[in-house]
Amino acid sequence: MLSASAAAIVYFVNSLPNAIWGMTTLGTVPSRLVEIDGKFTHLSGDHSIRIMIQSLLVLFCLAVCLPAYIGAVKDAYRTGRHRDGGRTPPGFRQTLSYIHQRKFAQTLLILPGAGILFLTILPIVFMILLAFTNYSSPDHVPPGNLVDWTGLDAFAQLFRLKSWSATFIGVLGWTVLWAFVATATTFAAGLAVALVLSQKEIRVKGIWRTIFIIPYAIPQIISLLAMKMMFNGQFGPINQYLSFFGLAKVPWLTDPFWSKLTVIFVNIWVGMPLSFLLVSGVLSSIPQELYEAAKVEGAGRWQQGRIVTLPAVAFAIAPILIMQLAGNFNNFNVIYLLTNGGPANPEYQFAGHTDLLITWLYKLTLNNNIYNIASAIGILLFIVIAGFSILNYRHTRSFKDEEMMQ
Amino acid sequence: MSQGRSKRLRVTASYLFLLAAALWSLYPAVWVVLSSFKPGKSLFSDTLVPKALTAAHYAELFRSGSLMFPTWYMNTLKVAVCSMLLSTLLVTLTAYALSRFRFPLRKAALSLMLVLGMFPGFMSMVAVYILLNEIGLLNTHAALIIVYSFGAVVFNLFVAKGFFDSLPKAIEEAARIDGAGNMRIFASIMLPLSKPMLVFVALTTFTGAWIDFIFASLVLRTKDKWTVAVGLYDMVHSYQNAYFTLFAAGAVLIAIPITLLFVYLQRHFVDGLTSGANKG
Repeated sequence: MLSASAAAIVYFVNSLPNAIWGMTTLGTVPSRLVEIDGKFTHLSGDHSIRIMIQSLLVLFCLAVCLPAYIGAVKDAYRTGRHRDGGRTPPGFRQTLSYIHQRKFAQTLLILPGAGILFLTILPIVFMILLAFTNYSSPDHVPPGNLVDWTGLDAFAQLFRLKSWSATFIGVLGWTVLWAFVATATTFAAGLAVALVLSQKEIRVKGIWRTIFIIPYAIPQIISLLAMKMMFNGQFGPINQYLSFFGLAKVPWLTDPFWSKLTVIFVNIWVGMPLSFLLVSGVLSSIPQELYEAAKVEGAGRWQQGRIVTLPAVAFAIAPILIMQLAGNFNNFNVIYLLTNGGPANPEYQFAGHTDLLITWLYKLTLNNNIYNIASAIGILLFIVIAGFSILNYRHTRSFKDEEMMQ
Repeated sequence: MSQGRSKRLRVTASYLFLLAAALWSLYPAVWVVLSSFKPGKSLFSDTLVPKALTAAHYAELFRSGSLMFPTWYMNTLKVAVCSMLLSTLLVTLTAYALSRFRFPLRKAALSLMLVLGMFPGFMSMVAVYILLNEIGLLNTHAALIIVYSFGAVVFNLFVAKGFFDSLPKAIEEAARIDGAGNMRIFASIMLPLSKPMLVFVALTTFTGAWIDFIFASLVLRTKDKWTVAVGLYDMVHSYQNAYFTLFAAGAVLIAIPITLLFVYLQRHFVDGLTSGANKG
């Protein structure tokens, strides 16, 4: 116990100044050519990004160990007081049973908490920090070059620099349009199917339901890659059918206008089942008496729908629609697997006509290594999603109702 | 009389509509399955139903030395099952502690989890990659399992917590009066009650691990470590429509377990999703 805390203290005393130095400077020694014995050799300098991660690790470890250390000191002090008072201090066994009775929840949370701290929080902090550096290819990528803090330059570049801001506005515009159209179309399709199926004259509802769920059950990577083949302009079956009827081939995925139409169309196929399931759930919860009452008042089928069904669906579905809107805003799979953002737009920076902000972010990080701007976009996306969530906050069951169980 | 006819008209129209919607839903799947039995390699086909059927593409998937499909399948199974087990454990522990106990900083922890879930996942991938590199876990399945499992905690916490919130406090109090400790209440009362939620969490992580191709392709550097999703994506990416029928056969093999699980357990998924959709 003592040696462990001693080791921890030695470790932090050694590494903390290093970590603080690393976080403030991100390395100072650039890689360079040095003349040794008349020959030029390449000496590697500081690797800014590794220094940053390692420093963050030290700081996070400190944040974990410091409270534990303080707790241990307090505990030792208490034990000492017990001894001084002539009582026997609680032994190991008592401590365990105390933890079991009083600190059960905290004990359960140790493992998940540690994992989330290092695998989720640390990476997010790291990426947020990147937005304030110049970490981007081609000029600021380690190990060849150093990375420096540059404040809000990445945001300034994104909003002010003509080439970047034009791409940002263009992609943002399409993302918003896409999110609304995709949500509206899938919802309309799901609502239509659910309404038709809910009529009491329709038989074998279970079988129909299973059929409509199938597009949702097939993994998206499979169905979307298959769709990509189906809409292939040269050999795809869709264009074959068209030419069978004597119609011209359509450049489904290669023309800016058609590709946008195709992704929305395919998204109806992908997203309809979920809307269908959610709407069906709402429909089945509408009390039958409401319809009876409307009928007694002389309402026809359409009027019943307008007076009873529509308000009920609209009321219950609002939070789900908002979440779907947020989901479509970041709908990576449909765009990435179907068009990969293409067709390319020569006026854009590393983006195509159908790229959403999220796919653009992906391309900037993993294909083009422009991390600082990608990270700035990520922060903006976070703000948008957070906005949607605040909008939904009133409907939060998990948060609101929890005191009911007391 | 006329009312009866209009009703018949409505019902017929409804059936026609449902039939059209069913065709629309099933067509892509049927097309892939039929293509996987089609002789030849290319995407092009002059008839919808192939003139002859062959299982040669399935055989080739398992025999071909360059594809390593059986290895990928086993890798995927391993990663998916391990992530499923680990994530279910972690999600249950976290949600249970945050739902049934009151302690300092509990609200703060909940809000933090809510905020973490709003960040785009790709943002942290680069950092996770560098971290894995630092601790030498790059190109291992353990890395995938760990990252998927802890990711599932953020993703599923509110579904699971909502479920635990709904279990009545009275059961717990009764057990406490009978002398049961915290551990016993958790293991013999709460866990058995939470089976529907456990199924939901287990299956979402299983499918997530089964079909992820983005993070897996970043972490797994050599072909013998790949999962099926990475392999399949690579197939489409590097050969396009030259090996289309082979792709179709692979797609069928990958999709079948997931699709069956989904259809079989659709109720659980819908319940879990709706409670998740309300979490904000």
